[in-house]
Amino acid sequence: MPSLKELAKRKEMLTPGHRLCAGCGAPIAVRLILMAADKPVIAASATGCLEVSTSIFPYTAWDIPWIHSAFENVAATIAGVESMYQAKKRKGEITEDIYFVAFGGDGGTYDIGLQALSGALERGHRFLYVCYNNEAYMNTGIQRSSATPLGAWTTTSPEGKAQPGKLQWRKNLTEIVVAHGIPYVAQSAPWNWRDLVNKAEKAFHTDGPSFLNVLASCNRGWRHATGDTLKIMQLAADCCIWPLYEVENGKYRLTYKPKEKKPVEEWLRVQGRFKHLFAPENRHLIEAIQAYVDREWESLLKKCE
Amino acid sequence: MAKVMGLTGKVMGLNGNAAVAYAMKQINPDVIAAYPITPQTDCVERFAEYVSEGLVNTQFVTVESEHSAMSACIGAAAAGGRVMTATAANGLALMWEMLYIASSMRLPIVMMVTNRALSGNINIHCDHSDTMGARDAGWIQLFSENAQEAYDNIIQAVKIAEDLEVRLPVMVTQDGFIISHAVEQVKVLDDDLVQEFVGAYKPAYPLLDVTHPVTYGPLDLFDYYFEHKRSQIEAIDNCFPVIRRVGEEFGKISGRKYDLLETYKLEDAEYVVVALGSTCGTAKEAVNLLREKGKKVGLLKIRCFRPFPKEEIIKALVPRRGVAVLDRSVSFGGFGGPVFTEIRSALCDAPARPFIIDFFYGLGGRDIYVEDIEKALLQIEDVVQKGQVDQYIGYLGLRE
Repeated sequence: MPSLKELAKRKEMLTPGHRLCAGCGAPIAVRLILMAADKPVIAASATGCLEVSTSIFPYTAWDIPWIHSAFENVAATIAGVESMYQAKKRKGEITEDIYFVAFGGDGGTYDIGLQALSGALERGHRFLYVCYNNEAYMNTGIQRSSATPLGAWTTTSPEGKAQPGKLQWRKNLTEIVVAHGIPYVAQSAPWNWRDLVNKAEKAFHTDGPSFLNVLASCNRGWRHATGDTLKIMQLAADCCIWPLYEVENGKYRLTYKPKEKKPVEEWLRVQGRFKHLFAPENRHLIEAIQAYVDREWESLLKKCE
Repeated sequence: MAKVMGLTGKVMGLNGNAAVAYAMKQINPDVIAAYPITPQTDCVERFAEYVSEGLVNTQFVTVESEHSAMSACIGAAAAGGRVMTATAANGLALMWEMLYIASSMRLPIVMMVTNRALSGNINIHCDHSDTMGARDAGWIQLFSENAQEAYDNIIQAVKIAEDLEVRLPVMVTQDGFIISHAVEQVKVLDDDLVQEFVGAYKPAYPLLDVTHPVTYGPLDLFDYYFEHKRSQIEAIDNCFPVIRRVGEEFGKISGRKYDLLETYKLEDAEYVVVALGSTCGTAKEAVNLLREKGKKVGLLKIRCFRPFPKEEIIKALVPRRGVAVLDRSVSFGGFGGPVFTEIRSALCDAPARPFIIDFFYGLGGRDIYVEDIEKALLQIEDVVQKGQVDQYIGYLGLRE
């Protein structure tokens, strides 16, 4: 991986002036990922915060070729772009190497875009899919997705007398992608820039599909101060609720091991979306979440042995 | 000149699907993304054989749904190259969202649709509910009467779509099973003649030009969206001369000239049946039989339904006394089917309007017979003689 100094000299592909919120994790993730590209990139976005905030006509924040077509299909859209590239390359009409990357939120990836993602992975297009995962539908105003953690408040899983926020565990999308048997899959988060850039570089260099599930906090939806974005994501790694790891050709490797595994309560406590869990009648949910995290963490450690 | 009047090429026994697949092979597009659905499957299967045998150098993307088929076509076309696909019925319905996006991005995608009834209940046979449901999506729509026309239309569609004055997607239809699975004698052109006719793809704002980055599909709000729609209206309305020119040019290489409409024994006709697709063949026979009985009847076949050739239709129908429109799809709760509605609207301000009635027919693949069309023509004659319409909407071939 190039040094930070060298990386900082690379062209900004997502330029300043976009309208994502202060404190949003998404543009930090996107910029770090694109920084890892040592060749030209063509990007596609699913409908979502990143898309609407970077492309308000007549402006665009993308200084690279970029396409958005709809919500559930960014994997199919970039697959089409990549297919045309393969056709032109085979005919000798294009000689240069180009990277292809798709960005989708968790709604556009875990939920409505899962089919298109699965199809594109199975067909083996040479592209990187990035899920910037803020654990809910933030663009439409904080609705629960299948990436939303148990107990979280969202506008479609509000806490009330009868229900304590979201009732279901989140889906383990990273493992679902691993099950496709593609060459490179990783989980990361932009608080650890070196980890994310390194994984993005590996992903770009992969000859086939690659996938990054990147935690990208939304301070509006998670209910935390704008300045706490990176801190809260690091806490997610230290509490082992969002471990950083990679699966390269089937081989698991933990890329960040917390010095001391913190209780998940510390992560829950700093976010307004979990506030209600600290009421006495909901304490058992915190214990249940801890048990879930412990189980998942142990399982991951075993895979990484 | 050996290339004139279809003197080159050969006659093959092909069904509609095979004829289109053969045309696709000759066009040899950069990318085809497609998903199987009856009765289109046969077309995609045949193309897959061409891929497997190395007869084309197309990137063939076997997607996991029609939604992804159209999404991949959009990505591929925006990347900058020749793109085709094929579908039917529910597959087209699943693409619905993406149809609008393809046309709004002005991407010259060519799609064959084997017309099939939309569910429910599920039915695999022909009607026009699928393509009529997509009539407002900003695509050019060319209907085919038989396998020959399906073959000819697909080749012309590439040239129409990619014309720099057009840059819009084109849908070429053929009636499911009736055309798609019936073997006919099809005159095919030589490969090099097809290549010469469609010409090299002319890129416009390709994503693959990384030195000139472009943004496709931005957020377009109340301050610009309306103007963009206005320019899209202009774009499709401006297609008529190109569709006609390409039809004429195709006539020069094949001996089969195409226009927006086709008329059959219309010059002196008092009563006219209007139809699309394979029914036009049946209608010609009905016209012949009634002509033998001394009835002044004729057929107006609409080849190009989108854009709707209003002026030509007015010219063809205004001098008539009565018009019987055949609609193979329903606009539930509407005043008649989509063809009827458009025709009545087009003739609304004509100085001397003919009486116009509508017939629903052929839903879910119900056969239409020569006698049905004779009945429709005799009914409109009856309306004219009575001087009033008792029933605007009728049914042909329905048990009641």
